[in-house]
Amino acid sequence: MARIDEVSVGDRLPESRHETDTVGQFLYNAVLWNAHRIHFDYPYATETEKYPGLVVAGPLMGDWLSQCVLEWLADDGRLLRFEYSNRRAAFVGDILLSRGEVQDVDRAARTVTLALEIVNESGDQLTPGSAVVQFQD
Amino acid sequence: MPELITAELRSQVGLSPEPRTELVTRRDIRKYSVATGQRLSKYLDGDEAPPLFHLALFWDVVEQSQLSPDGVALDNWLPEFPLERAMAGSLKLEYHQPILPGQTLTARRTLCDMFEKQGSSGPLFFYEVSTEVVDASDSIVLIEHATRILR
Repeated sequence: MARIDEVSVGDRLPESRHETDTVGQFLYNAVLWNAHRIHFDYPYATETEKYPGLVVAGPLMGDWLSQCVLEWLADDGRLLRFEYSNRRAAFVGDILLSRGEVQDVDRAARTVTLALEIVNESGDQLTPGSAVVQFQD
Repeated sequence: MPELITAELRSQVGLSPEPRTELVTRRDIRKYSVATGQRLSKYLDGDEAPPLFHLALFWDVVEQSQLSPDGVALDNWLPEFPLERAMAGSLKLEYHQPILPGQTLTARRTLCDMFEKQGSSGPLFFYEVSTEVVDASDSIVLIEHATRILR
């Protein structure tokens, strides 16, 4: 049986837990070559910008959503489209969850549409997203 | 409310900077994969780039004197916008082929739209930049559509 035949609307993708810390933020912003001080300069982030802490980089949360999709998809297909929106900030020390759910299955086109989100421990949705993947024959 | 977007600013829609060309290395893919906590071995080994790797590949490398006081590399090809403080943003991506080590990729950016909205605590300015990434034979690798919000 092809993998897509086992996929149904409402199926949940495996959740991932992300314990945000300063080393993770350092590595991510270093690899981007991003010197935005809100991510590593605590006095600047809290006193000048009035954030409650160091801000977790928005595109890193986008990346975590893409990982949620690709770990679920494995080698059974490919990512066609992906989008995310950074709606609310996360701060270093926050524990975040990335998760997703099957929203639509098009068996003729072998495509599956996924709804994705990053939520914090209070259940606030920080980064909604979506993806379309195509399964192999 | 006075309009933020003047006719002169509006005329900048369609603006494109010089295309940027970069070499994809296995080491850069591995660094990106470790920094983002990837778990699939094809990414950790650098055999293929994760879907958002191009953000790092094409992030502006500017001299320190070109950074704003908060450490941001300003998109100096963009016109001066009426609001300055960056808020949230969103990305939409369409993938055509994977990014592999050894490829030479080119990014072509275009300022494709701008609009304003009234937020709960004042005006918000939105602008949209599309980026087309192509390989050495000019085949499309991915298309990105970014919306950024300023307040």
